[in-house]
Amino acid sequence: MNNFTEENFSSDGVSLKKKLRRSLFKSKMRAFFLVLPLLAFLAIFFVIPIINLLSQSFLDFRYATLMPGSTQALKDWDGKSFPTEEIAKAMVIDLIQAKKNKTIGKVATRVNRELSGTRSLFTKTARAANKMEAPYMEALIKKDKKWENLKTWQAIKISSMAVTPSYLLAAVDRKYTAEGEIIQQDENRRIHVTLFLRTIEISVIVTLATLLLGYPVAFLMASLPLRTSNLLLILVLLPFWTSLLVRTTAWIAMLQSSGVVNDLLVFLGVTADDARFSLIYNKTGTLIAMTHILLPFMILPIYSVMKTISPSFVMAAKSMGATNWTAFWRVYFPMTIPGVGAGAILVFILAIGYYITPALVGGQDGQMISNIIDFHMRSSLNWNLAAALGLVLLIFILFFFWLYDRFVGIDNMKLG
Amino acid sequence: MKEKREGFVVFENVQKTYDGNELVVKNLNLEIFKGEFLTMLGPSGSGKTTCLMMLAGFESSTHGEIRLGSKPIGNIPPHKRGIGMVFQNYALFPHMSVGENLAFPLEVRKIGKSFREEKIKRVLEIVKMTDFINRRPAQLSGGQQQRIALARSLVFEPELVLMDEPLGALDKQLREHMQYEIKHIHEQLGVTVVYVTHDQSEALTMSDRVAVFNEGVVQQLDTPVNIYEKPLNSFVAQFIGENNKLVGTIIKESKGVVQAKLRNSKQIKGIRVNSGKEGTDALFSIRPERVFLDKKNSESIEAQVLELIYLGDHVRCRMKVADNEDFILKIPNSSQTTSLRVGQKTQVSWRVEDCRALDLAN
Repeated sequence: MNNFTEENFSSDGVSLKKKLRRSLFKSKMRAFFLVLPLLAFLAIFFVIPIINLLSQSFLDFRYATLMPGSTQALKDWDGKSFPTEEIAKAMVIDLIQAKKNKTIGKVATRVNRELSGTRSLFTKTARAANKMEAPYMEALIKKDKKWENLKTWQAIKISSMAVTPSYLLAAVDRKYTAEGEIIQQDENRRIHVTLFLRTIEISVIVTLATLLLGYPVAFLMASLPLRTSNLLLILVLLPFWTSLLVRTTAWIAMLQSSGVVNDLLVFLGVTADDARFSLIYNKTGTLIAMTHILLPFMILPIYSVMKTISPSFVMAAKSMGATNWTAFWRVYFPMTIPGVGAGAILVFILAIGYYITPALVGGQDGQMISNIIDFHMRSSLNWNLAAALGLVLLIFILFFFWLYDRFVGIDNMKLG
Repeated sequence: MKEKREGFVVFENVQKTYDGNELVVKNLNLEIFKGEFLTMLGPSGSGKTTCLMMLAGFESSTHGEIRLGSKPIGNIPPHKRGIGMVFQNYALFPHMSVGENLAFPLEVRKIGKSFREEKIKRVLEIVKMTDFINRRPAQLSGGQQQRIALARSLVFEPELVLMDEPLGALDKQLREHMQYEIKHIHEQLGVTVVYVTHDQSEALTMSDRVAVFNEGVVQQLDTPVNIYEKPLNSFVAQFIGENNKLVGTIIKESKGVVQAKLRNSKQIKGIRVNSGKEGTDALFSIRPERVFLDKKNSESIEAQVLELIYLGDHVRCRMKVADNEDFILKIPNSSQTTSLRVGQKTQVSWRVEDCRALDLAN
């Protein structure tokens, strides 16, 4: 090893490692600049808005910024004793200011989310606030009896907290009391847990249905000669060329009570004309349409894995004495697991956030969690709750991803 | 063979077509005896693999009968034939360890656990892979995988093992090593082996008998020595080893010796094998190592050196003989070779027995 130094240093005396780093740095920079536009695009239009929106699920500065005085005063209040005159005074000053700035509506909406019926209390009181005189607490109570109620003040205190667990708790049908306890939502307002469970149930059923329907198709495609299998592949991909809306509406034509399927069943005598099946505008409709729409996402990964499996594996198994079933179940099927896993996780994650199809064909009991998120985004305008529901959904998806990684292994996945 | 006996495997008038137009296997008649190592040798598309697949049960013959141990097997599904099989890509199950792979044929036969372990241990000793029982196939080298594939085809003690180009994916050195190994295992176990390859040296090294396939027909079925020394037609002569070809018109034939006139009107003699009648063209075939750079033998002809290639143990000398510019001589490395120069004219000679008069196919 007498030429040891010669191997590690090039002729100009710079160490080879340093030179390698230098040359690698150049190519790394080039690669970085190539992806930079997309990276910037994603950061500005995707990552930042998502973070911003998700943060709304636990951040709400509205009350604190619009009603600074009462927020400050309520900070020291214990939530159990009756509020002091000082708090009442701050509240009246805030109300006068809010009325003047025309922001009282926003404040009222915020507090109303914590305790329904407080919206009118705020707007009504604000209108009279500039005529109020000390003692302010009595003046408030005189205007409306609700100011005497401890619950009103507790709701205001919760609204004034900038970092609030209210929305996330509401997303799982819980609420936060001024005493700092977490209790169940009133019975008539508990809907989210049911919806989450139904979303998971529908996603699981759709995943299983696409697997059962897709696996044989993938197998057929993998075993046919290339020309025929390419034709089948086009047929599988054909739905992608049609708009999602068109496909979903087509199912309405197929499944409605005077639709093709029911007509056929009546014609075949399976059911009476006056007892047609309700196949749409309910969970059944959502399941059928989603299974159809998500089927290609199951078939393609399975097919791409099956294509790489040499027929000699099954032949070897049979030559060793395995029946067709044993050869399939013990040899072929385990080798297709990476494709099945990829297809299943793909379909499941797509299904769990599915929106248009349940909205169009879901009716009452076929609605999924994305539909309620949409409702809060567009109708009730409670973006904070929508964000909280979205965050819970994201946590669900990550949980299933973790579960999948645990039992199947994410590196065991093959998307094609 | 020595005595007249029914073969262990018999192909009788077997035909196979895939598209209904063209026969891939044309009227195959073949007997394979118990304990024999028979190689099906031929270029790709010659029908040899199809024959193997019909024997294994993965293809069905469109005509004729295949018998195994004097029983027709046309209607027996592959998994009931009890035939071991080795594939070119090894076909080891990637999701099972070596031990589980070997246990598979025993498990499906419902053989008890202790008995199973004993058999696995024994077969791993045969292929010298005892330490690898817990490895996954992906953790083994190509040669090791091939040993395990071999072990797996032997572990349930079949009487017949089929091998479909099992060494095709290995590098040259390992391939040669495995050839001897498979041959020794065959001798040790006495199992009947049907081996498919397109590699002639593999076929010559390992087999008891070789069946040379071309265009769906067995061109010659014989021992390796006869296949090489006494090819029955021009295809076999050209497919196995190297051959010098001289084309001449037959003048006369007597006592099995054909006399012919070459293009340069020089006369040549050769042993009649399947050459045609007087007046037709015949192909005279002489092995390069049977041609000498002197006039000592009965057949002597003028030649001109065109190219000399030094190969260490011998010198490969390309010459022009008659109108053939690809006439090859293998001159053993000795003092004699040093005098040869390109362009030099000299005499080459061979014995009549080493020159075979064959049909002039294409």
